[in-house]
Amino acid sequence: MKPSPFEYHAPRSIDAAVAVLAEVGHDGKVLAGGQSLIPILNMRLASPAHLVDINRVSGLDTVEVTAEHVRIGALVRHAQLEHHDGAYAAQPLLRQALLNVAHPVIRNRGTTVGSIAHADPSGEMPSVLVLTAGVVEATSVRGTREIPAAEFFLGPLESCLAEDEVATAVRFGRFSPGTGTAFQEIARRHGDYALAGMAAVVTVRDGVITEAGASFVSLTATPDILDLSAALAGATPEDADYAAAAALVRDHVDPDADIHASAEYRRMLAGAIAERLLPVAARRGIRQRSEQEATA
Amino acid sequence: MTTKLFGAPITRREDPRLVSGNGKYLDDLGAGALAAAFVRSPYAHARIVDIDVSGALDVEGVVAIYTHEDLDGAVADRLPLLIPHPALTAPMVAYPLAPTHVKHVGEPVVMVVAADRYVAEDACGRIRVDYEQLPPVVGVEAARAATHLVHEEAPGNVAAHLVQEVGDARAAVAAAPHRLELDLFIDRSASMPMEGKGVLAQWNADDQMMRIYSSTQTATGVRASVAAKLGLPLAKVECIAPDIGGGFGAKIMHPWAEEVLVPWAARRLNRDVKWVEDRREHFISSTHERSQVQHVEVGFDDDGRVLGLDVTFWHDNGAYTPYGIIVPIITSTQLLGPYKPGAYRVEFFSLYTTTVIVTPYRGAGRPQGVYAMERTMDAIADYLGKDRADVRSANFILPEEMPYDHGLLFQDGRPYKYDSGDFPGSLAKLKALVGWDEWADYRAAAEAEGRRVGLGIGCYVEGTGVGPYEGGHVQVETSGRVNVATGLTTQGQGHQTAFAQIVADELGVPIDDVYVTTGDTRKMAYAVGTFASRAAVVSGNAVALAARAVRAKALRLAANALEVDEADLEIVDGIVRVVGSPESAIPLGTLSVLSNPLRYAFDEAAKAATQFAGAADFSKPPVADDEEPGLEGRDFFSPTQSTFANGMHAAIVETDPVTAEITILRYCVIHDCGNLINPMIVEGQVHGGVGQGVGGALYERMVYDDAGQLLNASFMDFLMPYASEVPHVETDHLMTPSPLNPLGVKGAGEAGCIPVTAVIASAIEDAEGFPIRSMPISPVELWELRRRHAAGELPSLRRHTAATS
Repeated sequence: MKPSPFEYHAPRSIDAAVAVLAEVGHDGKVLAGGQSLIPILNMRLASPAHLVDINRVSGLDTVEVTAEHVRIGALVRHAQLEHHDGAYAAQPLLRQALLNVAHPVIRNRGTTVGSIAHADPSGEMPSVLVLTAGVVEATSVRGTREIPAAEFFLGPLESCLAEDEVATAVRFGRFSPGTGTAFQEIARRHGDYALAGMAAVVTVRDGVITEAGASFVSLTATPDILDLSAALAGATPEDADYAAAAALVRDHVDPDADIHASAEYRRMLAGAIAERLLPVAARRGIRQRSEQEATA
Repeated sequence: MTTKLFGAPITRREDPRLVSGNGKYLDDLGAGALAAAFVRSPYAHARIVDIDVSGALDVEGVVAIYTHEDLDGAVADRLPLLIPHPALTAPMVAYPLAPTHVKHVGEPVVMVVAADRYVAEDACGRIRVDYEQLPPVVGVEAARAATHLVHEEAPGNVAAHLVQEVGDARAAVAAAPHRLELDLFIDRSASMPMEGKGVLAQWNADDQMMRIYSSTQTATGVRASVAAKLGLPLAKVECIAPDIGGGFGAKIMHPWAEEVLVPWAARRLNRDVKWVEDRREHFISSTHERSQVQHVEVGFDDDGRVLGLDVTFWHDNGAYTPYGIIVPIITSTQLLGPYKPGAYRVEFFSLYTTTVIVTPYRGAGRPQGVYAMERTMDAIADYLGKDRADVRSANFILPEEMPYDHGLLFQDGRPYKYDSGDFPGSLAKLKALVGWDEWADYRAAAEAEGRRVGLGIGCYVEGTGVGPYEGGHVQVETSGRVNVATGLTTQGQGHQTAFAQIVADELGVPIDDVYVTTGDTRKMAYAVGTFASRAAVVSGNAVALAARAVRAKALRLAANALEVDEADLEIVDGIVRVVGSPESAIPLGTLSVLSNPLRYAFDEAAKAATQFAGAADFSKPPVADDEEPGLEGRDFFSPTQSTFANGMHAAIVETDPVTAEITILRYCVIHDCGNLINPMIVEGQVHGGVGQGVGGALYERMVYDDAGQLLNASFMDFLMPYASEVPHVETDHLMTPSPLNPLGVKGAGEAGCIPVTAVIASAIEDAEGFPIRSMPISPVELWELRRRHAAGELPSLRRHTAATS
């Protein structure tokens, strides 16, 4: 369990980092928190000839909260975002989901942008990025571009980042007032990859659900949004037909079987989580609106 | 004696060093040593067609590459069959490097020695081995079918077949008023020590001397087996077990191929060579346990008393049998637990498969046996509509029946005879602790909240402290420092504390003056090893006896020096003094000076021992004819048989009605290991054991595919429980001392994990209302069972049917 030989690069600027990537192309891999990359290297499942360690690049470790989004740089650790009260107030789904990312020790080192760039369908943060209609900012010697979350994920462990690009930041969108969120996953052990997980968002206006949606963890090949408005809109949070929404979820997800659970079991879990989670998000929607009005 | 240390819950003296990063584990040693790595078989069963190492020769830093053809002498032979047995009719043991065939994924084929492990692995990656694949044999059923053979030498894939019988069990079953049959399965798992195996060999060409550091549970075993393999005089080999990051049985197996090959290469290269097992290697080339298919036929009366018990099981021993058939023998005997069936017959087949070898892992066959027996007890109770604890009570061996001889032979070939125990007393304590008699109310309250809960129980007896012997050496230095050595090793048991407690008490010295050395053949060349919950029993008594010898000598010397009768002396805080007149006293350190007359005065203490130091009786030699120099003593303890500890566990579990997730709400343990040397250490052992048992019951298993590939050979997919999965363990103790040793102690190391699988199965069954016959169990498996039950494919428990109809 020792990695193959590689050349180690420790650029001080993003320009220097992308210059290396432009030169080495397919042979290069970006190292940030290393929580997925280092085990892959040690097990020799990947043997990149060049490792571009961006940990010494300045300016990538900030969390910015604006009226439209929460923007985080590529070196923001999961723990930093999890504990950021401004980010939580602006987009509660972030902390709700981050608490499910492995364990505190791993969150201290792993980066949120890194886990999004890794594009693991078992990752929590890709699904949050999608559900919040987020954006990935990518930089290369060719310039900087913004990639909407819906276009970013191509397949399991596959994103549309080019070989010479670094994801320098992501922006998570914010929801309109009266929107409640919730996140839950079921794993074999605390902090494990989820057997099934779900991020839920429900908007309530005048006591009535107007919109609802969800995205998933370990249940879809790439994170996508399932619109649940058809099942829930028009009802009050108390009377809404969550079983109908759960049925939509079961129809939508397409989980794989592995040694830990069958696809059928995961599909059942998806429905069970939906039925438990959506009422929570709806209740939070009501509370969120009343808090907004109280402070307005 | 002032404060008695034996029995005191003092904190472990070794922990500050270990938890502050100051341990010296195998991988902390040997900076600058060459590193070894291995090319291992990627196939479960194959013939080696060709090995081409040419691509690796020019990797910078490679020092040597060895295949079987390069090995010489006894190193080229098969590894030893450590524990032969008459029933082991087709024993097979691997070669250090496979010559022609590989029998499991992970079997070593080529050894690379290089400047460091990185380079060694680079070179391994460039070695090409051509294999002709042969049919794999995976799992008990495939082994039984014997469509393909693992070894031509083992027809039917049978390594061993053994029957033991007391009375005519089959006739007793047939004649019994009630009969049941159970088919049971328990899957593979393995221990996961934090530090895997590892060995560092240092060849001293000047002295022609081999020093081996090994992460082993038996330094003497490694020393002797390597000396034999390398053709070295025993006097020229020494083995030291440094701090060991957990053993759990995997490291009592020896010599591992690497333990032979690394010293062999070190001598050949005249360089220090080190190999440290990585986690993948531990998964695929170390050792596993537990997999058995069991068939139970039982006949019983209206009270649930077992009149006849007829058990057949098929034990998966993996690809080779270097450790003999210890595991299935233990299953076949310890299955009986605290019970006395009218007649008992047990038959087992130990079967080859093309998977990792099976050797003892904490519990060593007992979890399987207890599982079979306790599933049977629950089935009897359900059949008769009786309380599960009452059925167990009806079958208990009673205290007045001790010692109780089952009429079987145990793993040491000696009679399977319980020395002591109070099973009704233990059960009463357990029922009180868990609230057994209030269970109906507890369940009703949970059901009112829409929750599904179950109560489970499991009882076991554990043979501990198996022989043949251990030794103790106790020596008092002139400073008063007390050196204690025993030969068995330490892999986390707290020997620095427990053995020091014993010696401090026996000798009458402060514990801070006592220094314990274990697992070093330079300090104690005669020893067996740390396994079978034996250290406290065998070494504990040995160091006690050695300390008593030192005490006797100290009193003798002091009586002479103080000109008093020995009977008037006591030893308090390291000072021998006259009872009633403490001013007439002499420290043990001074007696150590007097015990060793010197010619040369190299320090103040030595000056007092030189020939002109004081008056002497010139008619006598400086050292009396019947004495030896030095204030020290050595003794050995060799028990006549194992001593039998016991315990009873109960658990309350909750199962999610929708997702089938399983949560342990309470876990209660009554434990009886005789006199407690240190209750805190015993509780720690029990807690750790329960944690390991929970892993075996709910999380851990070795997932082999049909090709014999281990699919979860990493901590990403092998689900060892975290602290978050291990319940709080509530413990209470009973102490029925063993009559078989001076300290009255029994072993405790394995206890915690033994009944957990049985207890959790019992609790889930109680929650769900249908039988649980296969363990471990995961939520998805429970969910599948519910669907089968709902479809009428699984019967309901009788008590469940009665409750719901």
